[in-house]
Amino acid sequence: MDTANAHVAEAHATEAHEHHEQSFIRKYIFSEDHKVIAKQFLITGIIWAFIGGMLSVFFRLQLGFPNMSMEWLRPLLGGWITPTGQLDTEFYLAMVTMHGTIMVFFVLTAGLSGTFSNFLIPLQIGARDMASGFMNMLSYWFFFVSSVIMFISFFISTGPASGGWVIYPPLSALPQAMSGSGLGMTLWLVSMALFIVSTLLGGINYITTVINMRTDGMSFSRLPLTVWAFFLTAIIGLLSFPVLLSAALLLILDRSFGTSFYLSEIYIGGEALPNLGGSPILFQHLFWFLGHPEVYIVLLPSLGITSEIISTNSRKPIFGYKAMIGSMMAIGFLSFIVWAHHMFVSGMNPFLGSIFMLLTLIIAVPSAVKVFNYITTLWKGNIVFTPAMLFSIGLVSFFISGGLTGIFLGNSALDIQLHDTYFVVAHFHLVMGSAAFFGMLAGVYHWFPKMFGRMMDARLGYVHFWLSFIGIYLVFFPMHYIGIAGFPRRYYSFTNFDAFSTFADLNTFITVAAIITFFAQFIFLFNFFYSIFRGKKAPANPWNSNTLEWTTPINPGHGNWPGEIPKVYRWPYDYSKPVNKEYAAKMTQEEIDKMPDFIPQNVPYSETLETNLPEENEKIKLEVKEDDDTIVVDPEK
Amino acid sequence: MIKDIRLTEVPKKPLSMNPKRFILWLFMVSIVMVFAGLTSAYIVRQSEGNWLQFELPVVFWFSTAVLLVSSLTAQLAFRAGKKDNFTALGVYLGITVVLGLVFLALQLGGYGMLVDEQVLFVGNPAGSFVYLLTGVHGVHLISGLIYLLIVLARAVKHEVHSGNLLHLSLSVAYWHFLDILWVYLFVFLLINH
Repeated sequence: MDTANAHVAEAHATEAHEHHEQSFIRKYIFSEDHKVIAKQFLITGIIWAFIGGMLSVFFRLQLGFPNMSMEWLRPLLGGWITPTGQLDTEFYLAMVTMHGTIMVFFVLTAGLSGTFSNFLIPLQIGARDMASGFMNMLSYWFFFVSSVIMFISFFISTGPASGGWVIYPPLSALPQAMSGSGLGMTLWLVSMALFIVSTLLGGINYITTVINMRTDGMSFSRLPLTVWAFFLTAIIGLLSFPVLLSAALLLILDRSFGTSFYLSEIYIGGEALPNLGGSPILFQHLFWFLGHPEVYIVLLPSLGITSEIISTNSRKPIFGYKAMIGSMMAIGFLSFIVWAHHMFVSGMNPFLGSIFMLLTLIIAVPSAVKVFNYITTLWKGNIVFTPAMLFSIGLVSFFISGGLTGIFLGNSALDIQLHDTYFVVAHFHLVMGSAAFFGMLAGVYHWFPKMFGRMMDARLGYVHFWLSFIGIYLVFFPMHYIGIAGFPRRYYSFTNFDAFSTFADLNTFITVAAIITFFAQFIFLFNFFYSIFRGKKAPANPWNSNTLEWTTPINPGHGNWPGEIPKVYRWPYDYSKPVNKEYAAKMTQEEIDKMPDFIPQNVPYSETLETNLPEENEKIKLEVKEDDDTIVVDPEK
Repeated sequence: MIKDIRLTEVPKKPLSMNPKRFILWLFMVSIVMVFAGLTSAYIVRQSEGNWLQFELPVVFWFSTAVLLVSSLTAQLAFRAGKKDNFTALGVYLGITVVLGLVFLALQLGGYGMLVDEQVLFVGNPAGSFVYLLTGVHGVHLISGLIYLLIVLARAVKHEVHSGNLLHLSLSVAYWHFLDILWVYLFVFLLINH
């Protein structure tokens, strides 16, 4: 109990704190306030997303229009355009690598978890701030420095890292192998090491906050699914990122200190290297032990955000709250024991392959439970099509169509044909790339009013949604076909292979769709920045939502709630709760229709007699109110 | 009219531990994962053959003993802090720090013995792994020493007492963790070298 009292004292201290004005630097730059840090992550993430998207447009141009003159890109890319006006082949690989790294780590890990875990965890569990504001600030600034280093690597003469975002040695370990494996790779490793530190600092904070800082009554069975998702994501990150750090450490030692963890018996340029006894497969094991959980680090926050938005905008309780939590836990657990399905063609024992195949296919079960629950939540709902809702439904769509191809790829026999083809590219861009992106966009549209106190323009949101949704399907659907035909990933051009010439038109089509989709994102960019300054002023609870963040002032200050933190009496999904039999008999139809269709978490059962179920009426006895003659008994004393 | 008297129980407080203590625990989890990654890499690599056989330096036995004793003195320091026995607190913390430094020196001595055996950092991964595991542990041990020194500096100023034990107990817990981690690594190397 002493610690709990200490919390109260701390909380009072922060309240006293907020009265004196902070300097601009402490308030907006080196801020320890979780809301400001969340916005810093969001805006950095948006900048990275546009850089990553732009890279993809450049290499799609090369794939869709192989003979096109790229001379017009010379002002931007300079020497990376060859004298004949073509894209430099090594720089093509660098762009593919950086696109992957940026999107997976900087946008969909830092930009997504960093933004929404930071913003929503304290607001939704009823806490003044994160467990450690200082560590939270460090988390952002480690990310910032990591970003700067990664960005600098674009401007060095040997080019950024080019060995693919998975940086398999020996390609990535030997500077002689390709120009991108020189300084560019070193910068990549330094940047990623800092990034891992940032993720761990953030993740440790999220877990601690969720476990220790919940307000009274906020039991784990009343946590919004968003917080559950962020919590499980942070646990997965805490267990997997240190392993990537180990893998990177060994690679750094191999690259710069002459060890042979991953290198053995290599001849390069006719010269034998001294390294003996290393194993490149070892790197793949270590990398994918992070790499596979990383997929869920990217996806789970989006699934959590979607649960919340779909329930709110269907005006219905989420279907299968406990099943949602259970399936997220199952996905999280399984994510650690399936990594070798990325390595079916690495020469592994086929028996081992079949075990990993079995475990991989089991992931389909919790995933299907989640999809089923989303659809049943929507079923017969009183759906409000806000932009956030559309993006959430879009996520469910991508999750299904991308998930189905996962069942193909999880088969170790089929994977021999499909491995490293565009089929894989199509699969993961739908199921984790686009789905996670849509979750992030849904979150921005939904919580924008809480972040900036203004509304985003809904009409621009609809245009943005339809262009992105259709555009993404037009980009990735055709890729399945060229993948099945055997089109390999990461190739600079296919004009030398007659077999693939029939797909030239399809590639052009994909490129055009990709360009349109990319430009549609500028609608969002405009909407975002315009609405921060000129958007319509937001009401206190624009979506009639139940969770605690909407009980704060429209622009919450440092400490979130000016007075006491609200207590929590119920779960967060009491939408359209029907009037119980006892009251239905007494009330007219008109009165029943006038009842609000949502009951926020901080409303006690004693105030909602009309909708209480018999067992909830029992709980009224346990509710403590300050102003009546309740005798409080503490059984522990 | 008689008013109803309601009897209620105190609402259950959510589980709460001091957040800083919890953060330390999670930090230890991430360190465990680093070493779990490295030691499983060791096993995977060893099973592929071409593995250099050599004896672990005898001095690692002594360094293990030194670290175990330092854990004991750290615990004694914690007890002294709890009883507001400032002299004993300072002395035991001081001894712990010195023993930590002796441990690091012995580890370096172990490296010397490995070099004499022609087991080098660069070469067969069997040797590289020994340097790597002990080295990464050593780096963490230095962080533990820095934490102990900070607490020692506070203890000298009488800022550590029975009412303010948090950092003392955290630094001691971290030190025990590093001790257990070393014992794990040493036993792991003894079994698998």
